[in-house]
Order: sequence, then C-alpha cells, then structure tokens
Amino acid sequence: MTENVLVPSAVVPTVPDLFFGFAKIAISGFGGVLPWARRIIVQQRRWMSADEFNDLFAICQFLPGPNIVNFSLIYGSRVGGVAGATAAVLGLVGPPTVLMIVLGTLYSRYGALPQARGALTGLAAAAAGLLIATAVSMAETLPRRGLGAILIAAAALVGVGPLQWPLLAVLVVLVPISIARAWRMA
Amino acid sequence: MKDTGGTLLTLALQFSLLSFLAIGGAITALPEMHRQAVDVYQWMTSTQFAQLVAIAQSAPGPNVLIVTLIGQQVAGIPGALIATICMCGPACAVAFYIVRGFHHFRESKWAIAVQAGLVPVSVGLVGATAFIVARSADQGLGTLAITAGTFALAYWTRISPLWALAGASALGLAGML
Repeated sequence: MTENVLVPSAVVPTVPDLFFGFAKIAISGFGGVLPWARRIIVQQRRWMSADEFNDLFAICQFLPGPNIVNFSLIYGSRVGGVAGATAAVLGLVGPPTVLMIVLGTLYSRYGALPQARGALTGLAAAAAGLLIATAVSMAETLPRRGLGAILIAAAALVGVGPLQWPLLAVLVVLVPISIARAWRMA
Repeated sequence: MKDTGGTLLTLALQFSLLSFLAIGGAITALPEMHRQAVDVYQWMTSTQFAQLVAIAQSAPGPNVLIVTLIGQQVAGIPGALIATICMCGPACAVAFYIVRGFHHFRESKWAIAVQAGLVPVSVGLVGATAFIVARSADQGLGTLAITAGTFALAYWTRISPLWALAGASALGLAGML
C-alpha cells in the first residue's frame, strides 16, 4: 500500500473490489473490453482519473502480452500487492474463460449440425466485416505519420496476411526499422 | 488424440512465445495462430478457425481469449487452460517487472519512439487478421454481402455491431447463405 502512486483523492479498491470490478469489466465487454474498463474504472468507481488511466494503458500497449491483462495486473499490484494483482487478473480472465470453455464445448458437439453450420457461416462473415472496420479505423492515423508508416503497415499486412510469413520473422525486420524511424521523428 | 502430453506441450510453447509477439493487442497475433493451427500443426481447417474467431468476437471478455477456444478444440479443457495461462502469464510477468519503478514512462524519448514505432506494425497486423478471417469466411456472394454490410455498419454508424453478428447468424440459421 505504501507503493500507491495514484492521486490521494482516488478511491482505493480492496482486494474483493478488484476481483468483482474487473469481472464486471470482462463480462460487460462485448467486442473489446477497453471502453468498459474506462467507463467502470474512471467514471463509475473513480479508482483512477482519466489521465492516469490513459497513461497506464499507454504503457501496457507497448509491453509484451495482452494489453488489458497487463493493465489489470499492474493496477492490481499497485493498489493491493500480490493479492491485488491476482484478484484483478482472475476477475478479468476467469469468468470469460469459463464462458469460452462452455461455448467451445457446444461448438465441438453441435458445430457440424447443418443449422449451426449455417449460423456460424453468417457469424464468421460478420466478424470479418468487424475486423476490416477495426483495421480501417486504425489505419486512419497512418497518413499523418508519413509515407514510411504507410509502407511499414503495408509490408506487415502483406507479409503476415497473403504471404503467410512467420510473425517473428516479420517483426524482427519491421519493428527495428519502424522504431528507428519514430526515434528520428520524435 | 494419440499424444495428449505432446500436444499440450506444443500448445504451451507456442502460446508462451506468441504472448511476447502480440504487440498492440492479442488481435495482432491471430495470423500467426492461424498459421500454426491450420498450416503447421493442422489442428483445424481455415473455416473452423474463422468460426472460432467469430465466436470469441461475439462473446464478452478480452480478445485474447480466442486462445482458450483454440486450446479447447485441440486438447479439451486442459488445452483451454494451458493456452490461456501461457498466452497471459509469461509476457505479463515480464511486463510487470519492466513497469516497476517506471511511473512516468510517456515522457522519455525512447518510450515515445517505441510506442510510435509499434503503431504502423500493429495496424498492418490487424489488417492481416482481417484478411485471413475474410478469406476463410467469405465463400460466396451472400457471405461477401454480410461482410460488406457489417463493415459499413461498424465503420459509418454508431449502431452496436452485435446487431450485425445476430442478424448474420439468423440469416445463416435460416439457410440463406
């Protein structure tokens, strides 16, 4: 608790608060949990200010691993040590993992039935549309980052998509180039 | 499943490694998961992979839990748990130690450069994810129309995309695709 670097006016959650708060974020989070994390942590529970939230999330975005899981781990540990980190991560990942196992079992058992196959065909086509929309929205920030950024994004898309090169190989080449470019522009 | 132990070990190794490569979110690692699950280990078809992605997208929870579904298809509940723990655990532990003591990351020049440098790469990877799922999911005019319609709804309106997912499944259920 002495490591608490959050502003003093913020509400400091207890360990059970962390578990139930992150569980609520997880099960509210249809199509991505980030908007719900912001709504619940900043607006409803006032655990952090909007700036603190953005700052911590920005760190998590360029650390290895799933962003929001990193977020829960780091935030939980800052306010509640090991117990806090465990509670936050289990709250975020536990309930939806159980749900996924149930859905996965249903899929293995009934996914090949004609009606289910039809529904899944439709679902997958819609999911593809959502992913394209996400990609296009993200790509909108590229032009103001310069031609180099557009070329790097295009190389990642073509290499990992149509050409099916291993991700590691593509990252080893593109990430240093892209960071060096950003360093010169910073 | 003749060699469950070996399969679990493969899942553990692949997802532990992949957790470090998922820059800018788990969604950027989907093409690599597809390559491993469909091409390298032949655990499932490309169509099945796209359907699992669709199920994960329709359900609440962090995007990373697509790995739970993949693990479950490959090796049942132990596979699901191992895939989930390995995709979250090792990289998060590293992230945790990197962050300790750094509370004002955003101000240092290298942090800004790393962050800005990763953006174009993750944009391209999300594009690759969309490409791979669309290629497996769109097998005819009906599915192409659904993909285009869902894109339009999600990109140009504020209507919840859950309606598109529900509507598309209903059309499929009615045998119209």
